[in-house]
Amino acid sequence: MNLLAEIDVSKLFGLALRTSIGVQAATFALAAVGLNLHYGYTGLLNFGVVAFMAAGAYGMAIFFTQGWLGGSILLAIASGLAFAVIIALSIGLPSLRLRADYLALTTIAIAEVLRISFRSQRLLDLTGGPFGLPSIEDRNANVSFADVITVDWNPIGKGNYGAWFLEFDEKTLWVMIIGWSLVSLASLLIWGLMRSPWGRVIKAIREDEDAARALGKNVFSYKLQSLIIGGVIASLAGIVRAFDMGFVETQQFRPQTTFFIWTVLILGGAASIWGPIIGSMTFWFVIIFSEELLRQMVDSGWIPEAILQSNDIASVRMILMGIMLATLMIWRPQGLVGKKEEAQIDVR
Amino acid sequence: MSDSKASGLENVEPTPGSSKQDPILKIDNVVRSFGGLRAVDIDHLEVQRGIITAFIGPNGAGKTTLFNLITGFDKPDSGKWTLHQVAEAKSWTNDLSGLRPHQIAQKGMVRTFQLTKSLAKMTVIDNMLLGAAEQKGESLRNALLPSRWRKQEDTILGKAEVLLERFKLSHMRDEYAATLSGGQRKLLEMARALMSEPKLILLDEPMAGVNPVLVESLLVHIENLRDEGVSVLFIEHDMDAIMGISDWIVVLAEGQVIAEGTPSDVSKNPAVIDAYLGSAIAEELKDV
Repeated sequence: MNLLAEIDVSKLFGLALRTSIGVQAATFALAAVGLNLHYGYTGLLNFGVVAFMAAGAYGMAIFFTQGWLGGSILLAIASGLAFAVIIALSIGLPSLRLRADYLALTTIAIAEVLRISFRSQRLLDLTGGPFGLPSIEDRNANVSFADVITVDWNPIGKGNYGAWFLEFDEKTLWVMIIGWSLVSLASLLIWGLMRSPWGRVIKAIREDEDAARALGKNVFSYKLQSLIIGGVIASLAGIVRAFDMGFVETQQFRPQTTFFIWTVLILGGAASIWGPIIGSMTFWFVIIFSEELLRQMVDSGWIPEAILQSNDIASVRMILMGIMLATLMIWRPQGLVGKKEEAQIDVR
Repeated sequence: MSDSKASGLENVEPTPGSSKQDPILKIDNVVRSFGGLRAVDIDHLEVQRGIITAFIGPNGAGKTTLFNLITGFDKPDSGKWTLHQVAEAKSWTNDLSGLRPHQIAQKGMVRTFQLTKSLAKMTVIDNMLLGAAEQKGESLRNALLPSRWRKQEDTILGKAEVLLERFKLSHMRDEYAATLSGGQRKLLEMARALMSEPKLILLDEPMAGVNPVLVESLLVHIENLRDEGVSVLFIEHDMDAIMGISDWIVVLAEGQVIAEGTPSDVSKNPAVIDAYLGSAIAEELKDV
């Protein structure tokens, strides 16, 4: 059987390309920009990226659905960001003075504490527990906190735009524009910060905290600043994703999201401005490409049912992603666009 | 070769804990124990301003621990130490006990490390620029507004270039610090510490691991520092290496100051010979 004849190449590339420029890719890139400041530049091992995303999304959604202060969406977004700052402080104040591994433990713990608390029955009135926000009734009536942004404030007229597989409705297109604009702004912010003397101190902390201390730099304060700025950027990712989906739910904030974002950053190249963007687009392209390819191969019978069934594909694509990441680490440890010198030098 | 005539040490008694005419650093009752071991136990010690003072002592004498304590990298069980500053006919005292490392550095007492801490994945020039004190752009408020720090950055850059030239590192300016040799890293660390114009510089074994050719030039650099008015305090366990350049030597053994004095005082002191070589050899030396 001729494989190429069975494969719909246009669909394969179309779907992969669609996802790699979609909202999901934008939110992952945004979260990775935040993680890049933490890990790539400051050397902070943050394994709780998803805690910041959850803080942003839930902070916004709770504020809005509770109708606090008139239920303004802008205030709701601000409260999501403020929640992320609180999370950064509650992670940073106790653990940033300790060794790096304690920070890693604290971040992963806080992420889980947050997710499980949001899910608990006790907070049902506030967070919607396992059902999330907005409430089931509102969701059935198609009412969401996202409406103000995606409908009322949407400057794009109703309809579908683009062609081929790259056709988006006005809501998706608008959130995509918001998402990628935020990615650009955040990247610009990091670029500006990292070329300043502030960024020099941040990089010095990554290299050797004690050296920075000995030169009179308040390392603790800088690490806290980095944790807050990166955390707020990651929380924006959570907020954008909430607008895209129209609801928040604790399932969206499982630890695996954190590790996807790490994958994105390592793939693209840590400590580089383009790394998170290239990484996220590549990540989603590869995921969807391999998934679609496997699906078409299974559906056409090219891969026998005995070997792979269509409901296994989701896990197999992750295996492929893992193999790809491992290969990359061997041949290109600095990631796709990272600086070779910075990744390969290791004198200690 | 140093000359203690010029340094105001001529009337100082060569006894442990003697008071100096113009001390820059005073250490009182600093104790640090690890379990049952008293690693550092200093009753009183003064360091004279404007000279090169060496801390010597056998391995395990507590030299580096004392450095760590007074620079804030380790906390003593008890004790107090003060930095005495003089500028433009004014003088004041900074109590350094209990301060954090960066605060102590900001007061004008800057250290280097025994195992050099060059920032490997930063360029030599960035290493230097980092050393500068009070760069406005290091505050988050100003970071995104280059107009607030560009001019200062240029001044700092100029200063860094001069220092690099002096320490013969100019040709490595844009290389990553990781590509430097061990000796060059020592030089870089010293030059970087000088960027903040410290009043007192603490060098932890600056000669260790440096090839003999470079040691000569390192010694010259240290002497130049003193001649420019920086007080130098350094640790070394190789006695021969430091006899030549030290104005004053403090000998530590088992955490305590057992002797201090000019190089010639110290080399004649039986307690020092004893600590270094053991009493058996000290006995033999008597006969020589």
